[in-house]
Amino acid sequence: MTRVLGAAQAVAYEPVIGLEVHVELATESKMFCGCRNRFGAEPNTLVCPVCLGLPGSLPVVNRRAVELVCKTGLALGCSIAHVSKFDRKNYFYPDMPKNYQISQYDMPLATGGAVTLPSGKRIRLTRIHLEEDTGKNIHGGGAMAAASATLVDYNRAGVPLMEIVSQPDLTSPDEAGEYLAALKAVLSYLGVSDVKMHEGSLRCDANVSLRPVGTQDVGTKIEIKNMNSFRSVVRALQYEIQRQTDVLRAGERVVQETRTWDEERGLTYATRSKEQAHDYRYFPDPDLVPLHLDDEIVAAWRAELPELPLAKRDRFLAAYGLSRYEADLLTGERTTAEFFEAVVAHCGEPKAAANWLLGDVRRALDKHGLTLDATRMRPEHLATLICQVRDGVVSGRAAKEVCEILVRDGRHPAEVVAERNLAQVSDRVAIEALVGEVIAANPESVAAYRTGKAKAFEFLVGQAMKASRGRANVELVRTALRARLG
Amino acid sequence: MSNKPIDMDIAHVAKLARLALTDDEAAQFAAQFAHLFTYIRQLQELDVDTIPATAQVIPLRNVMRDDIVTPSLERDAALGNAPDWEGPYFRTPRILE
Repeated sequence: MTRVLGAAQAVAYEPVIGLEVHVELATESKMFCGCRNRFGAEPNTLVCPVCLGLPGSLPVVNRRAVELVCKTGLALGCSIAHVSKFDRKNYFYPDMPKNYQISQYDMPLATGGAVTLPSGKRIRLTRIHLEEDTGKNIHGGGAMAAASATLVDYNRAGVPLMEIVSQPDLTSPDEAGEYLAALKAVLSYLGVSDVKMHEGSLRCDANVSLRPVGTQDVGTKIEIKNMNSFRSVVRALQYEIQRQTDVLRAGERVVQETRTWDEERGLTYATRSKEQAHDYRYFPDPDLVPLHLDDEIVAAWRAELPELPLAKRDRFLAAYGLSRYEADLLTGERTTAEFFEAVVAHCGEPKAAANWLLGDVRRALDKHGLTLDATRMRPEHLATLICQVRDGVVSGRAAKEVCEILVRDGRHPAEVVAERNLAQVSDRVAIEALVGEVIAANPESVAAYRTGKAKAFEFLVGQAMKASRGRANVELVRTALRARLG
Repeated sequence: MSNKPIDMDIAHVAKLARLALTDDEAAQFAAQFAHLFTYIRQLQELDVDTIPATAQVIPLRNVMRDDIVTPSLERDAALGNAPDWEGPYFRTPRILE
């Protein structure tokens, strides 16, 4: 047997991934001026001399933004700096009117810390710093491309932006997705951001390199930009890992560069750099004085931290007898978790509350394009409905109909049940009459049942439920049918 | 202390600053920068280990504002300060991403 070893044998590679996440903070005003911080306003209506960089204007730090970054740092186990400062990052690009972005270079607000994945794996953080977001450039398309111009909207320029940098601890695209979901959950619990990736309030760049499995080699690092959803982060990483594997297996070298993810074509391509030299000439911003954060203020912020997602999940598992799956889903968002606990406080039926929230309530929300925040349904409404089902006031089937109306209209279940005449019929005389009608109307099924066909019995139960519009107490129907059919 | 002249890439710095320099200007600036560096290099003769690093000489810290919205400019006023605009936007020569 002749076999050539070496070149023909594919080396196995493993990815080394780090993420940089940018989060727009949920403040009322911008980072260094009083312009409103809001997504979706008419272009250039949220601008002033400071965020337009007009001569003579001076920035002043938004206290709340500093607090939100530090609380994020505390929630993720970072060290909060005793002294921190802002620096100018200089580059020529019209997304910032000043020709620099105020950022933090060597003294970020928070260092260290980690994001814990549901598996328990800790992804270490390098740092969290505070900077200002840039404006939006609108390039080309139609007449404008011909006119060779770029249009700029500075509404977003100066919005407080938190950058969270992870260490290269992630070892697969799926793990990167888990990291983002876990981080998003913490941020939404803290209320530091509305974390909407499609509106750009949470953005992610990824660094990925490959190394032969089992080695500690450092491969050439590629930065990927322009991913607009968690799913596109996972897809872009999958694509890029395959691309780099192909390059290496062909005996070539990976070139260090920034690549752009193209969602439609499902691939990455090399980006033309906006500052080829990557020489930002950082220096301390002379317009801003240093921040000194004493232990007292940091302790006060720490005391204000809410229960965080993983702690809540573990408590839900222990206190409510839920499955891991249910606990994960219920604690993914703070509003869902709090709604759940409020329902349980009213009716004391955790399992049923979990089923309703993760089943019919979620379906009804999706159907009507609502979220739990936006619905007028109160936790006590759902709790009342759960009690009504438990106590046999409404049937499970009628309750589904009521649930949708609660979600859509925010009305009290008792009112809906009365108005729609959905109260469960448990009256023996009425059930007897109903069963009598069904038997009379379906002689063939009755005969089939008597010859031993069990399915025919279920058919008759179904007919009775249908005739009662789901209101009949199904157990009483079964009992009555059995009695009558002998 | 080293007396070696500091080699500075004037062309690189000029490019970063978007300055178009003639050869004569580049030579002139190179000489001036060399002079500056020599001056600043005197710091290397001092023991600064016990002096905390500082980024500011103003004796102030924690100058912050509360998170309160104040009125923005009227859009026409904002755009009117710029050399060029189009509709509701500022307008610049086309940039490639």
